[in-house]
Amino acid sequence: MPESDHGASIELESLTKRFPGGAQPAVDNVSMEIKAGEVVVFVGPSGCGKSTTLKMINRLIEPTGGRIRINGEDVTDMDPVKLRRKVGYAIQSAGLFPHMTVAQNIALVPKMIGWPKTRIKERTEELLDLVGLDPGEFHGRYPRQLSGGQQQRVGVARALAADPPVLLMDEPFGAVDPITRDHLQDELIRLQHELHKTIVFVTHDFDEAIKIGDRIAVLRERSHIAQFDTPEAILTNPADDFVSGFVGAGAALKRLNLTRVRDVEVTDYPTVTIDDPLQQIFNRLRTGGTNEVLLLDRRGRPYKWLRRGDLMRARGSLARAGTLVHDTVTRDATLRDALEAVLTDNAGRVAVTGRRGEYTGVVDMETLINSVHEMLEADRLDAMEHQHELESLRASQTHAEQEGGGVAGVAGLGGERKA
Amino acid sequence: MNFWEYLGNRHQQLLTDAYQHASVVFQCMVVATVIGVLIAVVTYSSEWSGNLATTTTATILTVPALALIGLLIPIVGLGVPPTVIALTLYGLLPVVRNAIVGLRGVDPSLVDAATGIGMSRSARLLRIELPLAWPPILTGIRVSTQMLMGIAAIAAYASGPGLGNVIFRGLASLGSANALNQVLAGTLGIIVLALLFDAAYVLIGRLTIPRGIRA
Repeated sequence: MPESDHGASIELESLTKRFPGGAQPAVDNVSMEIKAGEVVVFVGPSGCGKSTTLKMINRLIEPTGGRIRINGEDVTDMDPVKLRRKVGYAIQSAGLFPHMTVAQNIALVPKMIGWPKTRIKERTEELLDLVGLDPGEFHGRYPRQLSGGQQQRVGVARALAADPPVLLMDEPFGAVDPITRDHLQDELIRLQHELHKTIVFVTHDFDEAIKIGDRIAVLRERSHIAQFDTPEAILTNPADDFVSGFVGAGAALKRLNLTRVRDVEVTDYPTVTIDDPLQQIFNRLRTGGTNEVLLLDRRGRPYKWLRRGDLMRARGSLARAGTLVHDTVTRDATLRDALEAVLTDNAGRVAVTGRRGEYTGVVDMETLINSVHEMLEADRLDAMEHQHELESLRASQTHAEQEGGGVAGVAGLGGERKA
Repeated sequence: MNFWEYLGNRHQQLLTDAYQHASVVFQCMVVATVIGVLIAVVTYSSEWSGNLATTTTATILTVPALALIGLLIPIVGLGVPPTVIALTLYGLLPVVRNAIVGLRGVDPSLVDAATGIGMSRSARLLRIELPLAWPPILTGIRVSTQMLMGIAAIAAYASGPGLGNVIFRGLASLGSANALNQVLAGTLGIIVLALLFDAAYVLIGRLTIPRGIRA
């Protein structure tokens, strides 16, 4: 399991946990493959065993059956202390040690694996910077001098300290207020964009799951996988009533959050710039095919909507004609933002802008509806295919179980380990 | 001879006794702390053994000091040995109890976090659990010391060192000229020592409790 920038794959094979005295296993025969660099979210009701499953990956809870492989290497029997130093771990309310400063908290793992002092110091500053805290201001503070959100950032920095390929996060944002949580989720997405770790994230908040996850595993009791798929597919085609209950109302609206304006086709609109001669603008209005043109300012940014007749009424003065563009969306905005803008615009369209605010196109109701329909159709096909795969996997598992312990014994799967 | 004249005359003897008193309490306290924390570390994680340790040390405390010292004399003789053994045993209870309470009081999510980031059991104990349990342990040591100050006086019964000798001499010659002065000097001496120790503990607390968890 080498240190890497691009995460490591995780394979769970018939993972089972039976707590002593429990009539039924807390986690029952979970198999799952997580690709390197992927964010997988376990989501499910309280007590479904999602946390237990997570804690078996770094063996905070020892599995009673099954295997765990990280990057192909079987870690089920490796020294757990060594394993955990290579797997970052962040928990709810950060779990910072109150008697140590921020810097000491972050430096713990690098110190344990014997990094030289100067490297630890550099790394601490770098990490604080990475999670958006000013190193000079924060490294000497104690956890109780930080807000909940800041503590959580330090918790993530500590988990990333030794640059582990895998990051386990157990409801990390569960104890902060909604606004901070939203912010922390954005930060995590940004971080992951830079780091490409393999992240396993546990939450009971489905909206958090669709926001963060590349794929979501919806777990029901005993950690049985009800559906394991992309957020899009789960929203469009929940596998059963349990999943759709979890998705909740407004799946199509939530789906809009997952697509960016740049992913849909924007329509081109006739444009003129503020420096064009009036005659040219008149020509454009007459020949443009629409009864409206978009007037751009000198830097190519949307400025005004001009209708036929506007110029007449304003007696040829560009300064007084038309209606100001009061709302634009960027190419990175979600379709939900775009819909919001289109709904509030009195003509039902909104200008799309590039990075520096320059005009790149227009989105209107019709484009939105069309692209959403296409998207949902594609999602539905994907989801059905994935569902089919999951079912065939399950069928082969059931088959193996029915064959009796022989198969499990030979293949070394699912066998109970010595207690 | 009034009290002040008595102090002036005998200050040499009194200071020696006070020094020995403080010294025996201090040394026994160090031993009791080490043993007490060790007992706590070994027993705190299981309900059963932790309770056993607390109950056992509490039982020792119920034995009257005079009786314990008296019982020790035939076994280890007179003088320092019975004193040290008795004081150490009495000093254990508050340390053991507070250390167990302190160690058990460490937030389980912190223990979970410590294990989760790859700390071995001993690293976790030394770097996380004991530092976090240190304030209650220090309180236990403080209570213990106050108690030992008084009990150490009884050690004079077994010819042990300390201010107890002055008190016992006074009690034995009640009615004579200096009897009251002797008892008074011994008692006040113990009180002064106890206050000095307490002040020292406040200072130790300042120096050893990390800023992040200081109340």
